[in-house]
Amino acid sequence: MTTPLTPPPRKDPQKRTVSPTQPPGMRSRASLGLSAAAAEGRFALQACAECGKVQYPPRDACSGCLSTDLPWRDVSPSGTLLAETTIRTSVNLYFRERAPWRTGSVQLDAGPVILCHVHNDCDRNGRVVIWNRLDRSGQAVLLAVPEERTPVMEDDPQLRAMTSDPKHRRALITDARNPNAPALAAALKQAGASMIFVAEAESWRPYPGRKALEGIGGIEFLQMDVTDTSSVQRMAGEYGGKTDILINNARFIRPGGALARGDVAFARDEMEVNYLGLLRLAQAFGPAMCGRAADGVNSAVAWVNILSAWSLSNNAEFGCFSASNAAAYSLSQNLRAEFRPSGLRVMNVFTGPTEDSWFQPVPPPKVTPQAIARSVIGGLRDGLEDVWCGDVAKDMHERFLQNPKILEREMTGGGQG
Amino acid sequence: MSDALIQLAQALADGSVKVVDLTHTLDPDFPVIILPPEFGQCARFRMEEISAYDHRGPAWKWHNITMSEHTGTHFDAPNHWISGRDVPLNAVDEIPVDMFVGPVVVIDCSAEATEDEDFTMDPDFIRAWEDQHGRIPEDAWVLMRTDWSKRSGAPYLNMREDGAHSPGPSGDGIRFLVEERNIRGFGTETVGTDAGQGMHLSPPYPAHFTLHGAGKYGLQCLSNLDQLPPTGAVLMAAPLKIKNGTGSPLRVLAMVGKDAT
Amino acid sequence: MSRRQSYDGVVLVAPYSEPYQRYSIETAHWWIARALRGSLQSAGLKPGDLDGFSVASFTLFPDTAVGLTQHLGLCPRWLDHIPMGGASGVVALRRAARAVQAGDADIVACVAGDTNHIDSFRNMLSSFSRFAMDASYPYGYGGPNANFALLTDRYMQTYGATREDFGRICIAQRANALKNPGAVMKKPLSLDDYMAARPIADPIALFDCVMPCAGSEAFLVMTEDEAVKRNLPFARIAGAIERHNAFPDDPIQLRGGWVMDIDELYEQARTTPDTIDLLQTYDDYPVISMMQIEDLGFCAKGDAAAFVRAHDLTITGDFPHNTSGGQLSAGQAGAAGGFIGLVEAIRQVTGTAGPTQVADARRTMVSGFGMINYDRGVCSSAAIITSETA
Repeated sequence: MTTPLTPPPRKDPQKRTVSPTQPPGMRSRASLGLSAAAAEGRFALQACAECGKVQYPPRDACSGCLSTDLPWRDVSPSGTLLAETTIRTSVNLYFRERAPWRTGSVQLDAGPVILCHVHNDCDRNGRVVIWNRLDRSGQAVLLAVPEERTPVMEDDPQLRAMTSDPKHRRALITDARNPNAPALAAALKQAGASMIFVAEAESWRPYPGRKALEGIGGIEFLQMDVTDTSSVQRMAGEYGGKTDILINNARFIRPGGALARGDVAFARDEMEVNYLGLLRLAQAFGPAMCGRAADGVNSAVAWVNILSAWSLSNNAEFGCFSASNAAAYSLSQNLRAEFRPSGLRVMNVFTGPTEDSWFQPVPPPKVTPQAIARSVIGGLRDGLEDVWCGDVAKDMHERFLQNPKILEREMTGGGQG
Repeated sequence: MSDALIQLAQALADGSVKVVDLTHTLDPDFPVIILPPEFGQCARFRMEEISAYDHRGPAWKWHNITMSEHTGTHFDAPNHWISGRDVPLNAVDEIPVDMFVGPVVVIDCSAEATEDEDFTMDPDFIRAWEDQHGRIPEDAWVLMRTDWSKRSGAPYLNMREDGAHSPGPSGDGIRFLVEERNIRGFGTETVGTDAGQGMHLSPPYPAHFTLHGAGKYGLQCLSNLDQLPPTGAVLMAAPLKIKNGTGSPLRVLAMVGKDAT
Repeated sequence: MSRRQSYDGVVLVAPYSEPYQRYSIETAHWWIARALRGSLQSAGLKPGDLDGFSVASFTLFPDTAVGLTQHLGLCPRWLDHIPMGGASGVVALRRAARAVQAGDADIVACVAGDTNHIDSFRNMLSSFSRFAMDASYPYGYGGPNANFALLTDRYMQTYGATREDFGRICIAQRANALKNPGAVMKKPLSLDDYMAARPIADPIALFDCVMPCAGSEAFLVMTEDEAVKRNLPFARIAGAIERHNAFPDDPIQLRGGWVMDIDELYEQARTTPDTIDLLQTYDDYPVISMMQIEDLGFCAKGDAAAFVRAHDLTITGDFPHNTSGGQLSAGQAGAAGGFIGLVEAIRQVTGTAGPTQVADARRTMVSGFGMINYDRGVCSSAAIITSETA
């Protein structure tokens, strides 16, 4: 059984911080389909469209009938552990530093045999379930876990290396004024975060969420405004080295598109907060977090953006807000590229309309702060890159995957309505 | 050089006339006026480094700054308000420059503002001040001292669920100054020339409405008013020459005679 | 009934092994040149006498056999490059023999060689195969150690083999290696040493693993008439097989491609396992040698553990196996590991093995196994090499 993690001791100031190393991250293009599924926490394999044979490793042609039509499908993740080994030495630095490492061979019920990581709680030759997770190179790897959950299984070092679990980690939430902030802080506390920092802008004007935040207990307020470079730099200087998870919760939103607005004032604010705010945070906190991505139990592990699902396709009612979110989404992809060498993960939580005053005239379903908090914590625990929170976001995602152009027509008033 | 200017230069040099800075530092976290969120908002002061003797510019340091015309210690021109939209020479770039230097009187309401954060200055109060200090001269700046500039953080705007609470002139008070005394302009230590609850007066925002409708000017977010004499000082308040500008952050200075305070 | 034609009239001569080194500052080109030169010299030939050339190597990049012709000043009319690692010796032999038989070439040199720089093993792993890159290395990056650990684990579970059984193979090969001056391993190995060794990837420990090193091996293929004319001792090819990606549906590789073709091999050679005097298996890990003992017909499936308990595998034993010490004790010189058994077999049946010579060695089984493309070795090969008079 997994030994529960103990809170990490305070950092020894005489020890050099361990430099992040990476598991092998090179993959063929076909194999990236697995990473795409892992980014959302799904287990999918290629299944031949002609003969149905499930393939692994990923291929360009069916090993049963040579068809090149090999769509990815969610398949049964169940299987049996056939053989296992504990690797005690490796020429790869990442695994060398983390040895011993348990791997094995699993016969999937769906057909193929896979080599995979093996959770410590798996019984020898036992039944297992395969989780498709992103490792610190940002690529998919398969992990065998017991069929039934085991106590504190999330503390298994091999599993924890693939997730962004908040337990024993320190989290920074930006924008205390955002209605989501109290729910996020409460959820992090419940998930075992050791410290929660909440960035508060313009403390010279009161806001209702302050009392709720104070009520959670143990919250440390940082005076930081994502539109104020000097405040972001100052707080990064003070707290960048103890930020293990950064949740960018800052949002500026006003209704209207280009013509409805007639000026660029709100659009500029939206870009200042939603896009440039993210950029400022990344420039200030990114380097310190990347440098601490292998720093023990409370290593820096994840960067979370809460984005509108309209970053994928513009909603004309909130046309300028959507555009600023598209910019933020694009920047999040850039951050993935730049954080990749460290293993720091960028997780985007996409939401539809939220339950707050700006969406008051928008019909339900709407997303509550609690739902967003659940998505954030769940995504961190599963080590995801993309999380779709609420029915509207899930619906948008599905339509986007099916055909982005059709979605654009629907969103811009070209559908039946 | 005229004798008066030679004497002034000498007085400045020997300290018998001193210069008082009535300006707050432009700081990103300095409060600005808060309007209902569906309205346009006043941009905060922001500063981004262009270079700092580094790869972006090896021998020099400079910043880009952004803000509203009405951020920090700032000047209000008549075209700031709807009542002043058709006043001649109503934009900062059009105002005759001799308007930017002139006599100033300071009405001390600090005790009353300490007592009552919603204190409004009415004609009786002004007349009482005149009984003590003499009639307010024509074409003078009138500054309302409240010591509000000594507040910082949340108590400065003093926002509650029903809005800001800070002192200012009553409707009658500002009309008295404009109509009976024909002042040049009116200045405060608070974030606006009107009281925090000014929208509930009649007309709403009477200082803005009355001053600018009459082609008068406003100054707000002033500080150090406690260093000025009730009468006898000279105010220098020259806004940036912004084309069609409705106001401008500026450095507000006062020249004060040594024996005046 | 086999349609396989015989290799009559084609012979193997001039076996040559360049002594291995743990690390080398030289290149694969250097090592290949050394083995080629050694083989030609032992046959009294000049490079210009060659008209066929076959190469196996992992570390020639960016060159191939093509670049080597210009590099080494060769002008062959038949050229081959065998990217089959541990199976490359027998595969090279099969292709070269058919070329000579058909008259496409008269004298073919088959050479394998690799260098081993401080970082070459790591670099070779990183570019080995697409499936390994996608689906094997991300899982602990154990390289072949991890693959064979899984295979060994499953083999032990299925057939009841013990670590001591694997140890017997390793210990016997070390005894053989001590008689081979070219072997990298120079110290005796006891069962206690074997059992106490540092674990690498359970159940595999240090002495189950080959030592990557630099080295090269070569032999020549020519007509029997040519060998007789030049008065060269020669070996015959009684039969040879290869197979790739056999039994893809076996969940774990507990049998190799030999199983599909072994009957035809014996039929082609008109012989049976009991006539084989010595066996050269591909031995990067002892478990794979056990599988070959089974799949090549020396015992039933799953009985190899009992077989090695019942036999003496040393040069002077009743079942001489990997007489030069094999890769486990002589070292694994990259693709030369696919040649080491074959070159030793030619020496044995031509009576030129010197200190490792098995008395009356007339019939040798040589087998190859290679290329852990993902979870198993894809290539298998085997040949029966006999003496002139067998």
